[in-house]
Amino acid sequence: MERRLFLKGMGVLGCSAAAHPLLTTLTLAQGAPGLNDNRLVVIILRGAMDGLDVVQPRGDAAFTAARPDLSALPATDLDGFFALHDALSSLLPLWSAGELGFVHATSTPYRDKRSHFDGQDLLEAGTGMDVTKAAVRDGWLNRLLQAVPGLTSETAYAIGREALPVLEGKAEVRNWAPDQDLVLTAQARLLIDHVYHDDAVFRDTVEEAFALTEGRGDAKAQAKDVDLIVDFAAERLRGATRIAAFSQTGWDTHKGQATAIKRPLERLQRTILRMKDQLGPDVWARTTLLAMTEFGRTVRQNGSGGTDHGTGGLMRGGRGGGARGAGAGALARPCRGGALRQARPAADLGCAGMGRPCDAGSLRA
Amino acid sequence: MAERGEIAATRFGYGHPIFDKSPDAGRMIGRLRGPDEAAALWPGVALSEVLKTVRAYRTARMEEKKAGAKGRTAALKEVQQQADALALRGAQAILARAVGSPDGLRERLVQFWADHFTVTSRRSIERALPATLIEDAIRPHLAGRFSAMLRAVITHPAMLIYLDQVTSFGPGSRRGQRQKKGLNENLARELLELHTLGVSAGYGQDDVRQMAELLTGLAVDPDAGFRFEPNRAEPGAETVLGVRYTGQGTEPIFQALDDLAVRPETARHLAMKLAVHFVSDTPDPGLVGAIEKAWNLGGGDLLAVTEAMLGHPAAWAPDAAKARQPFDFIVAALRALQVGPDRILRMEAREFRRLILQPMRDMGQPWQQASGPNGWPEPLEDWITPQGLAARITWAMHAPARLVDPLPDPRALVETVLGSRADERLNWAVAAAESVREGVGLVLASPAFNRR
Repeated sequence: MERRLFLKGMGVLGCSAAAHPLLTTLTLAQGAPGLNDNRLVVIILRGAMDGLDVVQPRGDAAFTAARPDLSALPATDLDGFFALHDALSSLLPLWSAGELGFVHATSTPYRDKRSHFDGQDLLEAGTGMDVTKAAVRDGWLNRLLQAVPGLTSETAYAIGREALPVLEGKAEVRNWAPDQDLVLTAQARLLIDHVYHDDAVFRDTVEEAFALTEGRGDAKAQAKDVDLIVDFAAERLRGATRIAAFSQTGWDTHKGQATAIKRPLERLQRTILRMKDQLGPDVWARTTLLAMTEFGRTVRQNGSGGTDHGTGGLMRGGRGGGARGAGAGALARPCRGGALRQARPAADLGCAGMGRPCDAGSLRA
Repeated sequence: MAERGEIAATRFGYGHPIFDKSPDAGRMIGRLRGPDEAAALWPGVALSEVLKTVRAYRTARMEEKKAGAKGRTAALKEVQQQADALALRGAQAILARAVGSPDGLRERLVQFWADHFTVTSRRSIERALPATLIEDAIRPHLAGRFSAMLRAVITHPAMLIYLDQVTSFGPGSRRGQRQKKGLNENLARELLELHTLGVSAGYGQDDVRQMAELLTGLAVDPDAGFRFEPNRAEPGAETVLGVRYTGQGTEPIFQALDDLAVRPETARHLAMKLAVHFVSDTPDPGLVGAIEKAWNLGGGDLLAVTEAMLGHPAAWAPDAAKARQPFDFIVAALRALQVGPDRILRMEAREFRRLILQPMRDMGQPWQQASGPNGWPEPLEDWITPQGLAARITWAMHAPARLVDPLPDPRALVETVLGSRADERLNWAVAAAESVREGVGLVLASPAFNRR
């Protein structure tokens, strides 16, 4: 059902990279001895989520003036000033328990042009603008994999049809769509190996393909919807996996936002709640879940009931029991370095996004 | 080492078997200058047919509502079937031309420009729309000026719908005021970022905004297709990149498009894209420079631009650095197997889906469904992935037997299709295969066949 809603929702989407249901990718990294028991889940919200619609500053008269329609829809008051979009109302218990926080008015250094593709690259990389393009595309998670002793390339997996830049770079990454299989006779397989022997790309790629399809059997027919990804990630996180990253799409709400943003919000809510449920209380208590988007949208609603590309993103952090109540900005603590430190001094998003795990020291070797 | 004729066929065409064994640049350009024979031989879908279906759909919907019918009525189903048939015909025509035409360069350029101006359809009733943009706005302009292609693309209903121009209204226009509607910047932004200047060019948010205002008025009429609607056009002048555009109707819009088409940033952006697509993910700077220079000298004359690319020595570098994208792979394989255009056009929807469309999806390139307006990625690593390669191997091993009977002798196939590009390992393996089927599969799955 979720899957059908997703497809239906696409009808009202805008331009974005993002408008394709098959592009969900999951990246998992697991354990060097130096990593302790804490977990990090990163969800990239592709298409530029309108943070001002998600957590609305209804106490600000300028906001309601700029958005006469969007600000008139039902929402739940959080603190007398901010109100939470109705499609996320099931997250309120998390908010009350101090397990949920939001960071408003946060941005990567990428501000003027507002291209989804560049914005996402930068977000996933976490670098500043002052490095070469190649360095910008090298994702922070990948650097982490290379920086942490014992965290070998064997520990990174991705499921889906699109590689997330968070795992691009030198370390080996595994990509797999759950429904792709590779069945060959023993002889054909030997001959393929023989033919690919002198071409490193083909040789290494097919080796990986064979390794991934071995003993897969019935997994072939699995669907690719949210639950599958979350359940798979949660299963691994309950085990040795320490980092999971994937993306969700559908946020590029150029028109009819009141309707268009509902589906992706519901999906995100489902993801968070199911993740909590599937992880169980012990693991959830040790998990930081971070959802972030490449940039924000205009404060003013546009002529077609949507919003265009603007500045100021929103991040949402969720954390299992024991976290303090987190209001807007609560995650924006200064980054104190450690394994997640950027190649260049982190810009504001770098700090906010990485601050929590850094501060907690949880992911440091 | 590959011979020049083989490089021409694989790098600038859809591979062997080719209709002349050693095409040279001059002859390739000559053919491109000539008439578009493939389009005439294997007709595609006309925009009018798609519009007609959409109108019929609307009528059927209204009648369904009036009757208070539950579920989809027979009339609606029938219209959807017509739309599906159009989409199938559109896809088959594109494939048949690529497979059947001796003018491989033209067909490769069609795919290049179609990707540069990516559109997808979001409604199943409009599934054939992307094919009509290729038909009307790309194919006629391959050897003409870029500005002419740009005008045709930007005013094409497929683009106006895909990038939301149809929902954009000048805030100060009559309809904007009356209906309280405003701008949608989507097309304006991608026009600057993707279609012309490129993201690294020196334009800003103000230029995007002004461009969006300038583009207001471009609309889609259910009967006529493209239409300019003055009552939604923002009144007054707009300034884009320091140039002020005034006037009525489409004239200032076309003026701005013409200006964008010959900007040096556009030349640089497109020169790079062409070199990356055809030659190497990290192209020789001299090659890029030569294409850029031809663009600037000729004011975006695409024939001269293509000629400049083919005329540069780096375009003929012997190493096959690029991966064939899944569409190229399947076309080249069909040509290798001598599956002709007629066989493709005869395929029922189900067979076409099973043998062509689904495999393309598995290889990472769902038909006309690039995930964004920036189209498909270029790097080899994006295509030769574990699952992408597994899908290619699977297709190579299983699909040919469903397409040709009897299968060709793999030892002969490797010779005719790959020639000097087949190495000893491949020749040995093909001869050692347990069956003809696996031998053919090895040829098509080989690195030599998947690189260009």
